[in-house]
Amino acid sequence: MKKLLLGNEAVARGLYEYGCRFVSSYPGTPSTEITEFAAEYDEVYAEWAPNEKVALEAALGAAVGGGRSFCGMKHVGLNVAADPLFVCGYTGITSGLVIGVADDPGMHSSQNEQDTRHYAIGAKLPLVEPANSAECKEYIKAAFELSEQFDTPVIFRLTTRVSHSRSPVEIGEREEFEVKAYDKNPGKYVMMPANARKRHVVVEDRFAALREFAETTSLNTVEKGNGGIGIITAGNCYNYAKEVYGEGASYLKLGLLNPLPAGLIRDFAASCDTVIVIEELDPVIENFCKNLGIDVIGKNVLPLCGEYSEEVLREKLLGEEADYVELGAELPMRPPVLCPGCPHRGVFYTLSKLKVRVSGDIGCYTLGAVAPLNAIDSVFCMGASISALHGTAKVRGEADKFVSVIGDSTFMHSGMTGLANVVYNGGNTTTIILDNRITGMTGHQENPLTGKTLKGTPAPFMSLEKICEALGIAPEHIRVADPADLVEVEKVIKEETAAPCASVIIMRRPCALLKGVERKPALVVDEAKCVGCRSCMKIGCPCISITADKKAKIDGSMCVGCGLCSQMCKLGAI
Amino acid sequence: MIKNIMIVGVGGQGSLLASKILGKAAMDAGYDVKVSEVHGMSQRGGSVVTYVRYGDAVYSPVITKGQADVILSFELLEAARWLPNLKPGGTIVTSTQQINPMPVVTGAMEYPSELVEDMRVLGVDLRAFDAPELARRAGSERASNVALIGLAADVLGFDHEILRNAVASCVPAKALEVNMRAYDMAVEESRK
Repeated sequence: MKKLLLGNEAVARGLYEYGCRFVSSYPGTPSTEITEFAAEYDEVYAEWAPNEKVALEAALGAAVGGGRSFCGMKHVGLNVAADPLFVCGYTGITSGLVIGVADDPGMHSSQNEQDTRHYAIGAKLPLVEPANSAECKEYIKAAFELSEQFDTPVIFRLTTRVSHSRSPVEIGEREEFEVKAYDKNPGKYVMMPANARKRHVVVEDRFAALREFAETTSLNTVEKGNGGIGIITAGNCYNYAKEVYGEGASYLKLGLLNPLPAGLIRDFAASCDTVIVIEELDPVIENFCKNLGIDVIGKNVLPLCGEYSEEVLREKLLGEEADYVELGAELPMRPPVLCPGCPHRGVFYTLSKLKVRVSGDIGCYTLGAVAPLNAIDSVFCMGASISALHGTAKVRGEADKFVSVIGDSTFMHSGMTGLANVVYNGGNTTTIILDNRITGMTGHQENPLTGKTLKGTPAPFMSLEKICEALGIAPEHIRVADPADLVEVEKVIKEETAAPCASVIIMRRPCALLKGVERKPALVVDEAKCVGCRSCMKIGCPCISITADKKAKIDGSMCVGCGLCSQMCKLGAI
Repeated sequence: MIKNIMIVGVGGQGSLLASKILGKAAMDAGYDVKVSEVHGMSQRGGSVVTYVRYGDAVYSPVITKGQADVILSFELLEAARWLPNLKPGGTIVTSTQQINPMPVVTGAMEYPSELVEDMRVLGVDLRAFDAPELARRAGSERASNVALIGLAADVLGFDHEILRNAVASCVPAKALEVNMRAYDMAVEESRK
């Protein structure tokens, strides 16, 4: 039976069918749904870890412990997990370990573009990359087999368009792979210098064997077409190439991207008049070809930045322009905005009003940076809000003029260590934790603070207040406020930024989109009282607009009655 | 033969259900199909686009400039925004619903006033309907997305029974009746 599955859903189906027993991941667009779908199978244990390093270590432990395992993350998550990544190639595994990493060309939901193939090269791990949902499932089988055949973890690279596209997948039954006998083998699993020196030799020998394997594996395929053009490509770029060239070119479609097959590439290139390498992000295949002395068309005409498409290929490779019509006038953009009723809105409005500089972090609340709130000065990477502000405050000595703002899940991911650094090194910055009781940006995932696991079972209660206290913040400077109350928010921010020591403000209110959160009746504007002063519009709520006769108007279909705008109105018109 | 359908709107309007229905219809009709969705940051009230491509063999999941046979739009400004993706001779079926984007909310720009006329002047086959109002008449505004599919039923390229069955199998069971009523009323409305 065929089903139309999301790429990530097909990866999860593959995990189920090919006997995966353990999944540990941290959510990150575009990888999140793999783990959510995997959790729907009773036979697969699946969990959210606090961050990607923990997730990969847990999955490595599970694989060394004898069960087929998987760990999922987005590209930047692999930076966090790089430490276990580079060592797990040395230790190898007992049962298969697949590390799913989803890159985001075009940055649909990311802070950078990053090509995971570099990590595979650096850590000397095999990397496979599917082009559609059917391959997402089948390559999971291949990845587990490769992992076990060569005693190595395998990186499973996805990109946004493969992860988030649906295409038909043949559904099969689960094959069971029993947990293997425990293998006490310190020479292999205790990575201290004497052992690691020997294991490095194993890594190099294995990689040489993988190079041989790459020449003949069915993951790499050649399709002969008409004419002299040969295209070397992989993943979704293969799909774009097929749309543009159809039968009018030959294709070397690579499913194993590390190591690359030198002989196969040489033979393919020799059979073509012109070779074009089509790959998003960095010229990994292209540079490999050039090192082999093969002349290829690649990044000399195709872009390094952004996502490819049929349109990009037609324009850059064929000089073709699409035939289309457009309106002459400039249309208003529609960037993402904080949702109606979002508990973060009042915090950013107040910080902006008080002219407090904000060291921001990664999450929905990064949207506090855009108009009209314009409240955030910097955003780097997960957890950096606290640690970066510590550095800023040490050189500027203006801790009262700054705060760091971080979400609850991001704090658990990598904010705690930053806060420990502030306390340990005598910092006096203020940390605002936006505790909306969920991991919001990626679409509502549980985390260690929500009291629930990925599978929906109850988890022990973990107290943010006690964590901060244990990290050395004085209890009287751990404040909890309701971000829906603008008076309280302003008071507590003023008091804690003025405090001469490190402090934490927990702004606690659940995400407005969470199930079970009370939605009050939509607010309405009393037109007799409204003078059109636009005070209510300073909070940047998408429900509010100004009518032609200069009165505020609230869209009743979107408003959840949070009451922030009525606190803004001095005339009591809302 | 490849048929390219885009579904455009504002995050939270229910375009994922619409793409699920069209994907199901294409599978049931025996076609190869690819549906590309948007998850993550753009969901937060931003401009959202979903691509549905079906035919004998579909490779790319994305529809680019000048390629869409049909653009199904949940919001008027979004129809105008994605107009360049319409194939010459293609059809736009749009809801007349307007949702102000942030530059309009903040007063930096105005919501363009004559979008329907402006697009028709360019020779675009534009079919505009008040989909939420039609859905309300059917029993619930939440059936707007299904109403929009009904309004476009004649240009989506499916056998009617296949499309209707796809709607029935994709909507939540408790809302089946109101959705089917919205769908049937919409098909009728589109033929007036």
